[in-house]
Amino acid sequence: MKSLFLQYRKSILSTTALLSVFAIIGALMVGLTYISTADDIRRNEELQLLKQLNTIVPAELYNNDLLSDTITIKPNTLLGTSEDTLAYRARKDGKPVAAVFSSIAPNGYNGAIHILVGVFYDGRIAGVRVVKHHETPGLGDAVDASRSDWILGFNNKSLDNPKEKLWKVKRDGGVFDQFTGATITPRAVVKAVYNALLYFNENREKLFASNGKAAGEKTADTPPISKSESSEAGNSKPGKATLEQQSHD
Amino acid sequence: MTDTASITKNGLWNNNVALVQLLGLCPLLAVTGTVVNGLGLGLATMMTLVLSNSAVSLIRPWLKNEIRIPIFVLIIASIVTTIELMMNAWFHDLYLILGIFIPLIVTNCSIIARAEAFASKNNLLDSALDGFMMGLGFTLVLVVLGGMRELIGFGTLFSHAHLMFGEIGHSMTITFSEDYPGFLLAVLPPGAFIGLGLLIALKNVIDKRKAAAQTVVLQKVEAVSS
Repeated sequence: MKSLFLQYRKSILSTTALLSVFAIIGALMVGLTYISTADDIRRNEELQLLKQLNTIVPAELYNNDLLSDTITIKPNTLLGTSEDTLAYRARKDGKPVAAVFSSIAPNGYNGAIHILVGVFYDGRIAGVRVVKHHETPGLGDAVDASRSDWILGFNNKSLDNPKEKLWKVKRDGGVFDQFTGATITPRAVVKAVYNALLYFNENREKLFASNGKAAGEKTADTPPISKSESSEAGNSKPGKATLEQQSHD
Repeated sequence: MTDTASITKNGLWNNNVALVQLLGLCPLLAVTGTVVNGLGLGLATMMTLVLSNSAVSLIRPWLKNEIRIPIFVLIIASIVTTIELMMNAWFHDLYLILGIFIPLIVTNCSIIARAEAFASKNNLLDSALDGFMMGLGFTLVLVVLGGMRELIGFGTLFSHAHLMFGEIGHSMTITFSEDYPGFLLAVLPPGAFIGLGLLIALKNVIDKRKAAAQTVVLQKVEAVSS
């Protein structure tokens, strides 16, 4: 073997060297591009996020720096989150206006639907936007604001408008439209928005607390509501089963 | 074989990436739900093909036969990543539209196929032209397939064009019937397979007709001359 290596040593070495040179050039190219673009990309993403937040809470309603006035929300069953998420707080002259936070509907037609929910301090919904989903194109994807206006139907709704029994799609006896051929998707979103409102209601003062203490810790020591809800939200059966259980309550 | 006309004809028709080579089907089938999506993926692929073909053509003198494929992979991966980063940083609006397509391009084997079959054997200009024409041929198929699926699936054409062309795009959307019920099969992946199959069949029919017409002409010419 050794003699074979010696025999081909030159070509092995030069091949290795050539490949290494190309690997280094490629890595350098990507690395340099990354370094020179990282700041711009971060700024773009922040701008994009701010734009998205502003479609939920219009910029003229607040005057603080929305992107830096945040609070960490611990994983929460009402929100369906399994990792820390950020809530953005909008304030006008120091007074709380609205909070925007993420929530996950676990039971979409095709997996989890990630949404952003904005709630005014008085408990009315400022706006809801779907940020990530895998719903069927042409059917379930109408929950996306770029595809239809359906999601705007949540604006100004609150926990008692409509009443709890009516927080459902029309097919289940509620007030929210479903789509032709797709009921599971809107059902999942309606449920997730309602749960987000419950969460907001429970944690409102903590959410707007200025000391930056993590909100959501409180849910652990308020067992009556959060526990019954958690068993329900953790139960990721198809949307219909969950909602029917609720309607029998 | 490498003059401009034959490169063009190869890219657009005779050796079309999607209809003849049947390469890059994964992104093709996944993305062509609408005209605008098809156009987006097509343009991004075209850009990558031109750049990767040029780069491969430029490094020809240093290429070693045994390791050419790993080198192509390195080049293509670096180029795609660099394009993605630069678009994200400097053309963010465009990135928001095409961004999701760019990682898909890495899975498009037509790029490495052109590097291997053409760019590694030809000069810079021809290689860049080949990349452009192959990309254009791919784009045309994507747009036609996207159009078919959008028309049958949603009853519209050019919907969401504002994502690519700005505000003017809103007026580009053509809706053929307000209460079109939609045809889900066309929107889902099977629609892409069926649509592509029909396009390939159509191309073969046209080619056969052409060939048949040519033989007839030849026979006539022979008949007259004899």
